[in-house]
This record gives sequence, C-alpha cells and structure tokens, in this order.
Amino acid sequence: MAFRLKLVPSKTNFDFFRYAKVTFGASAILVVLSIVATLTMGLNFGIDFRGGTTIRTESVKKVDVGEYRKALKPLKLGDVTITEVFDPSFGPGKNVTQIRIEQQDGGEAVTVETITKVKDALRKIDPNMKFPSVESVGPKVSGELIKTAVLAVVLSNLAVLFYIWLRFEWQFSLGAVLALIHDVTLTIGIFSVLQLKFDLTIIAALLTIVGYSLNDTVVVFDRVRENLRRYKKMDLKDLLGLSINETLSRTVMTSFTTLIALIALLVLGGDVIRGFVFAMTWGIIVGTYSSVFVASTILLRLGVKRDWSKKSGSAGTKYANIDA
Amino acid sequence: MLQFSTWKKTLILGICLLGFVFAIPNAFYSRVEKHNDAAAQLAKGLPLTPERKAALALWPDWMPNDLVNLGLDLRGGAHLLAEVKVEDVYAARMNALWPEVRDALRKARAEIGTIRRQDSPPGELIIKISKPEKIARAVEIVKGLSRPVVSLTGIGARDLDVQAVDGKIIISLSEAEKIATDQRTVEQSLEIIRRRIDEVGTREPTIQRQGDRRILIEVPGIGSAEELKQLIGTTAKLTFHPVIRSTRDKNTPPGAGNIIVPDLNDPNLYYILDRSPVVTGEELVDAQPTFDQNGRPAVSFRFDATGGRKFGIYTAENIGKPFAIVLDNKVISAPVIQAHIAGGSGIITGNFTVEESTKLAVLLRAGALPAGMKFLEERTIGPELGQDSIDAGKIATIVAFVAVLIFMMLSYGLFGVFANVALLMNVVILFAMLSIMGATLTLPGIAGIVLTIGMAVDANVLIYERIREELHSAKGPARAIELGFEKALSAIIDANVTTLIAAVILFAMGSGPVRGFAVTLGLGIITSVFTAIWVTRLLIATWFHWRRPRTVIV
Repeated sequence: MAFRLKLVPSKTNFDFFRYAKVTFGASAILVVLSIVATLTMGLNFGIDFRGGTTIRTESVKKVDVGEYRKALKPLKLGDVTITEVFDPSFGPGKNVTQIRIEQQDGGEAVTVETITKVKDALRKIDPNMKFPSVESVGPKVSGELIKTAVLAVVLSNLAVLFYIWLRFEWQFSLGAVLALIHDVTLTIGIFSVLQLKFDLTIIAALLTIVGYSLNDTVVVFDRVRENLRRYKKMDLKDLLGLSINETLSRTVMTSFTTLIALIALLVLGGDVIRGFVFAMTWGIIVGTYSSVFVASTILLRLGVKRDWSKKSGSAGTKYANIDA
Repeated sequence: MLQFSTWKKTLILGICLLGFVFAIPNAFYSRVEKHNDAAAQLAKGLPLTPERKAALALWPDWMPNDLVNLGLDLRGGAHLLAEVKVEDVYAARMNALWPEVRDALRKARAEIGTIRRQDSPPGELIIKISKPEKIARAVEIVKGLSRPVVSLTGIGARDLDVQAVDGKIIISLSEAEKIATDQRTVEQSLEIIRRRIDEVGTREPTIQRQGDRRILIEVPGIGSAEELKQLIGTTAKLTFHPVIRSTRDKNTPPGAGNIIVPDLNDPNLYYILDRSPVVTGEELVDAQPTFDQNGRPAVSFRFDATGGRKFGIYTAENIGKPFAIVLDNKVISAPVIQAHIAGGSGIITGNFTVEESTKLAVLLRAGALPAGMKFLEERTIGPELGQDSIDAGKIATIVAFVAVLIFMMLSYGLFGVFANVALLMNVVILFAMLSIMGATLTLPGIAGIVLTIGMAVDANVLIYERIREELHSAKGPARAIELGFEKALSAIIDANVTTLIAAVILFAMGSGPVRGFAVTLGLGIITSVFTAIWVTRLLIATWFHWRRPRTVIV
C-alpha cells in the first residue's frame, strides 16, 4: 500500500451520540451565551452599520495613540476611536492607524471640511502622513444596510430550509437550519465577546458560513438518506452514527483543505480583510462541528419517516444516470 | 464504464482550452490594459500617435483582450452614493406655476374676488381669495390648468392636485406627477454626472441609478471623494453671448470686455464673444429636439418670463448677426439670428443631424443639475492600499493553492494529482468567466477565490472517499471508480446547490465588495462542479485506459 496521509483512519466507529447530552448541551449553552453577550456587550459595529467616518493613516513615525487623540481633541468630533493596525507585511517604516469618528450632525455622510480639519490636525504630528483610505457612511444608508443584512441572512436560511425540505424530509430541513442558526449565532457571539469590528463583509462571511456548514450537513444527510434505504431495520441512532462515521473522513478532509486556504489568507491576506477571514475560519470550525453534533442530534430527536419504499427511485438515484 | 464519447471529450477539452485562452490576458494585466486603453482612444477618433502605436503593439489583436475589472478597493479611487433632492424640483415647479395660476384667476376676478399668495411649505402653492364662498369655482379654474401626466404608469392622471381647505386653495403636484418628475430628475442628474465624469476621461467609471432617487458613482483612479464631489457638484454654466467674430488663432487678443472661447467640435475654431451674456441657462426652462420649417433637425427652447423678454429685445435688434450658445466655456453652436424671437421661445438651427439635435437638447436641459444632491456614502481608497491588498491577496492565493495541492497529493497520490489538475483548471476557468463577463474583482472577491480553492476539492474528496469505500467491497477497480462517481453525485449536487443559494442571495442583496465576493463564490461553485466531475473523470478514464491497472489505490 502506497503512502497516504490520513487525517482519519479509513474505518472509524466512533459513537457520536454517546455524549449527545454533553455536546448538545454545550452547544445550547454557547448559543445562549452568544445571545446574552450580543445583547449585553453589543457588537462593535463598523461605519457600514452605524454611520460615521473611518480614516486610515500611514506614517513613518511610530504611532502614539495618545498623541493622535490629543491632536484631534480640539476639533470636538465627539466619540473618536483610534486603533493602531499591525500586519506582518508592514515593515518598520509603516505605521498604520484606523481612526473612527462618530456620525456628525446632519444627514449627509460627512463634510469635506471635517475631513480636511482632521487631516490638517494629524499632519502636525507627521507632515508627511498619508491617508490611504477615507470612508464615510451617513445614518440613512447605515440603517438600510442593517435591514438588508438581516434580511439576507434570514432569507438564505429560509431558502435553505425550503431546498432541503424539497430534497429530503422536513426533519432534515429543521435539523440543518437549527445547525445553521447555531453557527451564525456563535459567530456573532465571538465578534461580540472579542469586540471585533462587525461590518458588511462579516455579513458576507456569515452567509458563506451558512452555505459551507450546510454543505457539510447535506453530505451527512445524503448518506443518512442512502443508508435509510439500505438498512431498513437498523436503529435510527446506529444508522446516524454509521452515516457520520462513513462520511467522517470526507468531512475532516474538506474542512482541512478549506482551513488551509483560509489560514493562508488570515496570515498573509493583509489587515483589511482579516476580520472577514477570521469570521469565515471560525464559522467553518463551528460549522463542521455542528453538522455532526447539532444537525444529526436534532434529526435523531425528531425521528425520520422510515418507509421510503413508496418513494424508491427518487432522491439518491435521481442524478445517477446523468452522465453515464 | 469509464467511457467518454468523442464529442464529450472534445467538449470538455474545448472548454478547458477556451478557459486558458480567455484567462491569459489577466496574466499580462498591465500590458493588455495599455493596449485596451489605446484601442479605446483610437475608437474615439483620437489620432494614432507613436505612443499609442507602441501601446497597441503590446498585445496581439487576435487574442482576447477582456480583463477582470479591479474593484475600487483594489485599484483605488472614489465611491459616492448620492441622493437626488427631488423635492427641490417640486418647489421650483410650484414657483414657476404661480404666474400662470395668478393670470388665470385674475381673469375670473369678478367671480372670485382678489387673490393673494400665502406662505407655504416648499412644494405647495397656497392661494387665498377674497370671496371664499366661490372657492369651488377657483379650484375649477386651477384644475383647468393641469395637464395629463406623461408617463407609463400615470395614464389618465393629471399633474396637479388642487384642494380647497379653509377658504384657501392648496396646489401641489399629484402623486403620479411626482413619480414622473422624480424619474425625469434622476435620469437628468445621471446624464449630467455621466457627462461631467466622461469629460475627465477616467477609466471605466460606474454611474448607476440605485433605487428611486439614488445614484451610485464609482470612479477608479481619482484622488479622493472630495475631488469627485467637486467635479460633479459644479453646475454647468449655459450662457448666450453676442459673437464679435470667429478666429482660427487661439492667441488672438479678444479686446476689452470680450472673451475668447473655443468651439466644442472644431478644435481649431475660436470665437470672440462679448463677456456679458444676453441670457443665461438659469432662465431656460425647456429644450426639445425638433425640426425647422425646412425639415432639418433643430432644437427648440423656451425661456422664462425675464429671459424671454431680454432675448426678445436682443434678437429684434440683431437680426442677421450670430450669437453663441456657450456651455461650460465651450461654444456648442453659433447660429445666426433669423428673426425677432418674441415670447421667449425659439429654435436653434445648425448643421445638425437628428442625433446631434437630440444631444444638444439634452445638454441644454442638462445644463445644471436639476436638483441638489445629498451624499449618503463616500469612500476614498488610495491606490497604494489597493496595491497592498492585491499583493497580499496574490501571496495568500498562491500559498493556499500550493498547500492544498500538496495536501491532496499526499492524501490521494496519483488521484490527488488528477484532482490538482482539475483544481488548476477550475481557477483558470473561473478567471476566464470573470473576464468574459466583465465582472469586478474586489478584495472579498479574492477571498472568495481562495475559499473556492479550499472548497473545490470537496467534490473530489467526496468522489475519492466513495471510490475507496467501493474498493473495500471488492469490486473491480473500474466498477469501483464508476460507482464512486455515481454515488457521490447526489451529495455533490445538494451540497453545491445550497451554497449557490447563499451566493445568489448575497449577490441580490449585497453591494460593492460584497457583491464581488458573491460573484466569485457563485462562479467558483459552478466551475468547481464542472472540473471536479468532468475534468477529473476524463483524466482518470484516460489514465485507466492507458495503464489498465488491475488494482487501484486511491
């Protein structure tokens, strides 16, 4: 036998439901904690969602946040957040900060004068300071963006619920969607706990997680569907366990390749998309876990209609002859 | 069995080959871009200079030259989301309506008594009459002034809403007319913005209508959003000047009180004009393409009361002399006054084609932005930051790619190599599709590609794991491979359709960078299914027929 790298032995027989109460309980607790954290600590919304202005500065001089704050204080801009940005690719002569200014009065994005004043004030610290990006979003748009974002996440969940229901049975569909809600909630939760910037790209990441986590769940369910037809008398718990074990190697392999790619991006992709990539990386870990421990456990609780004989010839073999 | 009909083989190889051909320009991005710019300039009618010739030679004409557009976050530039203050137009319309209403009501003075305009919120016209008991009659008169709404949806509706409240007449635009007006106002604003940005000649600006009242403007390569605002915010100046004479020498001294202004179409023609205009565009109310009495294309225009009066006096005194229509400091036309133009309306004749007269009418109407703009969103991204993002994205993509390739090879040996070839094809076809569609690549879009690289092998993993299982049940290798593909298919389809659903929703609801991500993710799913199923299968089949192995190790 030639050498093969194996993350999972070719034949496994783990009892995934042995600690179902613990794993499911842990998931439930984490979901609740995430919701509590989000409600109490709130999310560190970026300007996409709460309006305001962000200015990125770049200077050869070392950054002293206090000095920046002092320079901006006389401008009376209200709440100003100054964060120094680090990235391995920057090198010693590149000191970057991200300055966020809260929404000023009036419905417009921001006045040119405000930005000019900020720039002038900061140039007193370093006359050669550069401003690689200035972004400003008005309150009207940010409100709408929140609405659209929430709608997008809800819609995608509904669409998925419907699709799985169409291709499988309603129990599968409910299991998959609850697993998705679990993933999305935990991702939002970690952003709240770590107070990472939550902006539009994070919504994109959330939707990708929805797609990915589902991918995983669907592969397990597909095998369950197949085994339900093959082993008509097998206990549902054993059957689910068998299906998960049979697909485990694939589940781990795919998560692993995806994670390799994402970690490369997380380390080397630059600071601008780090939050986005972090959300995705976290979501994929959680999503892989949930497709095994959440979706299947729910399916086990709900039970499945076993009498597939009337429907034989549908589902699994539907595409079998597509390119034969 | 692992059979492929010749046509199917040809089709798969053909798609792969096309993928290569259309993806290649992206590997020579700056060369192809220079070539395309030069070609675009030539198409505009600019002369073939040695520089342009050199730029054209950078890329052969027979090769495809479509490139993936780089989004603002990668190229740098400015992004603005503006809302057109359509209410400005309502207010202007009501103010313009007042003289007409006044004159109409005055004629019926005997019946309704004297009239007086009251203070009113903008967009409304409130009139008080001294005989409130006759209010119904007054309303009727005002209603008689309303016109049918010109729009597709508002058929049968009138443009004015006239109500009698507490002995006062309240006039405002009807809902149908407001919708029609909004439509015109936003279209006009779009047209003006487009014209102003085109004048600066930047590459591929995006000027899009969003929703009812909003305009999205993205201009790559511009220094800042402030600059862009100044560019579109300056009102076009339209003026009508007496012409002293024309000249071909731009250094001619114009003389005291005069100015020298270039012609819009002929770069060698200049006009010397009286500095003070007879009338200005602010006094122009309408311009429409039309035909003169000889059936030649012309433009009709109408001034408001004061402009009309001034114009009437001037034309009466200067029959036979030319006057110049100057827009943004360029003479767009210098017709000769044929007759006394009374009543404030007239027509401009010239050597117009129908298109030119239509364009001129648009230009005249489009002189100034019809309404103010409120900027809801502004983003400036410096070119260096964009370049940094591209570099970081490139490195991350390459590292991710190599890592996945190595991992697949270690896990599946020769079959892993097949999957790697498919993965490579996947990225090539993805780039080809992005180029052909003219899609925009954004930073999250690059992340989408990286994610695709990670996820694309999923289909292969599913198939291979299945083949391994089938091999365990001691079937022949050919049968096992066949079954592996067959049985993995339903899982592959279901898994990818669900991700595609998420991508479609993202595309529909997202904007800008997020949409760029949705595009690469969605296309990546489609191409990965194609390469994982067909390309890998073709590779395995070809190998299998060549080596005829008795056993297969996956």
